[in-house]
Amino acid sequence: MSPLVIRKLVTVVDEVLIEMGQQVSPPTRRAAAMAVIANPFAGRFEVDLNDLIERGTELGRLLTEKAVGALGIAPEMVESYGKAAIVGEAGEIEHAAAILHPKLGSPMRAALGGGAALVPSAKKRGRVGSVIDVPLGHRNAAYVRSHFDAMEVGIADAPRAREILVVVVVTDSGRPLPRVGGLTKDAILGQDGLR
Amino acid sequence: MAEIELRKRLMVVEEIFHEGGPVAADPLKRAAAISVIANPFAGRYVEEISFFMKTLEPLGLEMAQALVRTLGGDAKAVQGYGKGAIVGAAGELEHGALWHVPGGYAMRGALGDAKAIVPSAKKVGGPGTRLDVPITHINASYVRSHFDAMEVGVPDGPRADELALVLVMTTGPRIHARVGGLAAADIRGLDGLR
Repeated sequence: MSPLVIRKLVTVVDEVLIEMGQQVSPPTRRAAAMAVIANPFAGRFEVDLNDLIERGTELGRLLTEKAVGALGIAPEMVESYGKAAIVGEAGEIEHAAAILHPKLGSPMRAALGGGAALVPSAKKRGRVGSVIDVPLGHRNAAYVRSHFDAMEVGIADAPRAREILVVVVVTDSGRPLPRVGGLTKDAILGQDGLR
Repeated sequence: MAEIELRKRLMVVEEIFHEGGPVAADPLKRAAAISVIANPFAGRYVEEISFFMKTLEPLGLEMAQALVRTLGGDAKAVQGYGKGAIVGAAGELEHGALWHVPGGYAMRGALGDAKAIVPSAKKVGGPGTRLDVPITHINASYVRSHFDAMEVGVPDGPRADELALVLVMTTGPRIHARVGGLAAADIRGLDGLR
């Protein structure tokens, strides 16, 4: 497999200090790390997607480290996470699945020092400038209601037709003013990744 | 009245390795700091608004210093800059103009003796509106390799009664700059233009 060539890397840190007039203390912070890579299968049908599957390993580590670095916290302090991909128009949705699902989660969890919950994900085919809402959930218990969220991200000049945009999001917090009940992070049982 | 009410801030960093040409070992970095604040003049015509420029000064300096830190901490690495504002729909374009002085001086303060005018763009818009922030070389506006723009926006801002204020800094020329003109190496550095 050829070495990974990234056209561009983008990180976004979104910090909420006031929500509906209420101080958010400490502020909630979400960080997205995005990579734009060439799609080796653009423009044709390919049965074997292994080249993209292997990319997931490299990108899972790189993007998680970038996102955690953008927050400037220890990896253990990450509370929720999510991942997504936008496939340029000459690719197919399965190309996003190849990057995201078989191999991206493991290096992501390794970079975070663990994560028992499923990493929520989204994917789409899009154009240059498309945005995607990356679903977020608590890293250790998917049912933690205060941490259900999504972060809208995109890159103005990507993905081009023969590119794929891959995103990892991490946070150090849930929603700014959570008050709809449900499982809280203090009450996680931590056995099954769900509760 | 007219203290700064900062609802949220974004820091966006792009690292550009190539755009179809040779892959750079050292990527071009472009960073944007965006602050979404309450617009104290939203919803009505206020004649005297200029005092708010003074109020914005510490916010501008904080954003400029955050950009330098994000780009590695060395102000000397910064080669290009720009600024912009998106005024929420209950405000007027002139409210965006309040950012010219505090935004510009904040960047010069953080960068030392940058000589060129800080290029700018502003508009009235709603949440999710995108703004192309123009970028030029910090010491000579005519340096052709550094003419650029960075598209920025905030998915949930500015609301009608808010302002989104933007500062941008970059670390170099366009990634495959090759259309001639004044080169950064040939800056005379007397007038901020050439």
